Amino acid sequence: MSRIFVRGVGAVSPAGWGVPALRELLAKNQPLPSVEQTRPDWPRPIRVRSVPAPPARPGFLSHNRLRRTSPIAQYAVGAALEALGGDAPRVASGALRLGILYCVMSGCVNYSRRFYREAWQDPATASPLVFPETVFNAPASHLAALLGTTGINYTLVGDAGTFVQAMALAADWLGTRRVDGCLIVGAEELDWLVREAFCLFDRDGILSEGAGAMYLGSQPAGPPALELTAITESYLFATSAARAEAALRARLELHDATDRPRADLPEPEVLLCDGLQGLRRIDADEYVAWQHWSGPRISPKRLLGEAFVAAAAWQCVAALDELARNGYQAANVSVVGCNQQAIAARFTKSNLDSVAAGPT
Amino acid sequence: MLFPSPHEGNSPARIVITGAGIISAFGQGWKVNAAGFRSGRVAIRPVTLFDVSRQRVKVAAEVDLPATVPPGLLPSREMARTERAARLLLLAAHEAWEQSGWQTGASFPIVLGTTSAGMSLGEAMYRQAVAPPGSRRGQPTRVRHYQAQRQAWELAGAFGSSGPITIIANACASGANAIGHAWDLLRHHRAERVLAGGYEALSQLVFSGFDSLQALSPTQCRPFDKDRDGLALGEGAAVMTLETLASARRRGAEILGEIVGYGAATDAHHLTQPHPEGTAALAAMNAACESARLSPDRIDYINAHGTGTPLNDSAEAAAISRWAGSRAANLPVSSTKSGVGHLLGAAGAVEAVVCLMALREQWLPPTSTLRQPEPLCSFPIVREPTDARLEYALSNSFGFGGANATLILRRWS
Repeated sequence: MSRIFVRGVGAVSPAGWGVPALRELLAKNQPLPSVEQTRPDWPRPIRVRSVPAPPARPGFLSHNRLRRTSPIAQYAVGAALEALGGDAPRVASGALRLGILYCVMSGCVNYSRRFYREAWQDPATASPLVFPETVFNAPASHLAALLGTTGINYTLVGDAGTFVQAMALAADWLGTRRVDGCLIVGAEELDWLVREAFCLFDRDGILSEGAGAMYLGSQPAGPPALELTAITESYLFATSAARAEAALRARLELHDATDRPRADLPEPEVLLCDGLQGLRRIDADEYVAWQHWSGPRISPKRLLGEAFVAAAAWQCVAALDELARNGYQAANVSVVGCNQQAIAARFTKSNLDSVAAGPT
Repeated sequence: MLFPSPHEGNSPARIVITGAGIISAFGQGWKVNAAGFRSGRVAIRPVTLFDVSRQRVKVAAEVDLPATVPPGLLPSREMARTERAARLLLLAAHEAWEQSGWQTGASFPIVLGTTSAGMSLGEAMYRQAVAPPGSRRGQPTRVRHYQAQRQAWELAGAFGSSGPITIIANACASGANAIGHAWDLLRHHRAERVLAGGYEALSQLVFSGFDSLQALSPTQCRPFDKDRDGLALGEGAAVMTLETLASARRRGAEILGEIVGYGAATDAHHLTQPHPEGTAALAAMNAACESARLSPDRIDYINAHGTGTPLNDSAEAAAISRWAGSRAANLPVSSTKSGVGHLLGAAGAVEAVVCLMALREQWLPPTSTLRQPEPLCSFPIVREPTDARLEYALSNSFGFGGANATLILRRWS
C-alpha cells in the first residue's frame, strides 16, 4: 500500500484569503458576522457570509484565462496555489505530473443564472462570453492553464462528501503512479438563486462561499509529516432517517479502521473536525453520530456557515492546520452532506524517520 | 474503506462489458440504435422541447421519450418527479441491467458523466423564483431533482445499490471519463462490478449557449467535411455494466466486449478551442494505447469526437494523423454525431456503445452527411454503410475546458 502525505493546504473563505485567516478565525472561535442580502419580491432578507476582497489583487488574476472568470474560479485558484506552494514551478516545467480533482455542488451558478436569464428573455442576444464560464469544469480548466499542466483533471459533482471521496481518488492516482502529485479543490460561490434554494430546506442556516484545497503526494513536504491514513466508505442516503444511519456508520467505520475498540474512548490526542453549524435540525444526524466523542473538537462551519463542498474542504484544511501546529497526533474529519453521502477521514502526524526518501 | 483500499491486486484485472443500454434520437435500445448507426441515418429535426423561434439554429436530435418507463424501477410518486435526463438515464441503465443478469441488492459503485444533469428543472426553478408573486410551490422538488447526485441516487435506488456514486462533469468528455474511471476502479481491484455511463437532456440554457457561440450548424452537421459549419446538439444516455473478467466468468455471464485502454489529458490552450495541433488529443490517444499495450497499427476503427465544428475537426484530424503515422492511410474513421448529434456529457458513453456494436456486429458506422473531406484528414472517412473485420476500436471524446479522453474497446470472441 502506498503512503499518502499532505504536502500543502489552501483556503479562501469569508475569514479571508489564505489559511492564516482561517486559523485566526478558529482561534477566536467567534462566528463571523453575516450580512443581509435582499432582492426584489423576496419576502425577507437572507443572511450570508461572503469572501472579502483580497488585501491585494492576486497576481493570478492578470492571467488571460482568469480575467473574466466568476468568483468561484478565483477562489479555487487562490486556494489551489496556496496549497501547491513552491511546487507550482515544477508543474509548469513538466518535472511534476500533477492531477487535479475539482469538486463542486452548486458550481458556477452565478454565470449560469445570468446566462439563462439572457437566454430566456431573448436568446438571440445571449452573451457568448458568459456561457463558457457556466460549464462545471471551467474553473478546473483555468487552473490547469495557469499551472501549465496537461495531466488528468476531473471535475466531480456531488454534495459536501465529494471532497473526501476525491481524496480517495487522488490516493489511487498516486498509488498507481498515474500522477506525482494531486490537487483536490472544493469551491462554491454565493448567488441569490442558491440562497433561495438553500432556504427552502434550511431557513436558519447562513450560506457562505469560498474554496479549500489540499495537495497530496507520496512524500511529505517536511516536518511535521501529515499523512492521510483512512477514508471510510461513502454511505449513501436520500432520506433523513437514512442520513442519520449513514453518519453513524461513517463514524463507526472510522473507529474500527483506526483501532479504537470503544466508541466512547477519550481521545485527548485526536482532534475531531466536524461539520456542525449550531443548528439543531440540520446538525442532528451528525451530532448523534459523534455524541460520545470526548476529545477536542472544532466546528468551522459554526463560524463560517454552509458552503457545501467548499465547507468540507475547509474542515479538512482546518484539521490539518491544527494537526500541524498543535500537539495532536491525529485528526478525524466528519462530513455529512446534505443530500448524498456521509463520509469520514483520518489524518495522522507521522514520524519522518519512517518515511523512505524518494521523489515526490 | 475507500482508503486504504482493502482490495489490492497484484496485476491489473481484465475488464469486460456484460450489459449495454442506449437511448438516442434513433430510439430506445440496442437494436434500433445499431440499425441507425449502421445505416448512417440522420435523426436531427426541429426542436419541440422549448421555444427556438429567436435562435439562430432551430434543430437538434431530440429523443421521443417513451410515455412509460419499465414498471418497478422507482415508486410511481418518485418517477413522476423525475426529470427528462433522469428518465433517459434510467431507460439506458435498465437495458444494460437486464442484459447483464446482475441481481438487485448487490452493492457496486456507480460512475456517471453529465454536463447539465436535470437542467430543465433548474431552469424551471429560476423561472418560478423570478415570477411574481414569488410562489414557492414545487420549488423544493425542483431543487432536489435537478441535481446530478439525485439522478444517480435514483439509479442506485432502482437497482438496490448502496455503493459510492461518482459524477464526473468534464464537459463533453464526461461520458468517456466515467467509463474510463470505472475501468480504472475495476482494473485496480477497487470493485468487481461498476455501473457506468453518461446522460444528457436537451435544455434551453445549453442550446442557447452553443447557439450564442455560433457553434451550431445552420445547415447540416457534417463532421470532417471541408465546408463544415458547426455541430448539432442531441440528447440521450448510454450505460454499461462493467465487471472483471473473473466476475463475469464466475457468473457465466455473456460477455459483449472488453475495454482494454483509457487515457485522459488536459488541453490548456483555450477554454473552448482545442490546440490547433490537437496535442492533448494526441496525449489521450497515446495514454490509452499505452494502457492497452497496443500500437496504433492494431486499431481497426476510430469513432472520432468529430463534432463538425471547424476547429475541433481540424485539431482532431491533426492529432489522429500524428498518432497513426503511416497507419492513417488505411485507418477508417467516422463521427456518428452526424446522425444523433452531440450528446455532450453522454457522448463518450454513447459512442463507446457504438464501438461495441461495431465490434460485435463487424461493421463501420458511416458519417453519411460528409460531402468533401477536410484536406487535413490523412485517413479515410467512412461514408457508406460498410462491413469490416474489427478487433479493436478507439473512441475519442474532447470537451470544453480541454478535457480529453480516449477509450479502446476490443471485440470479444
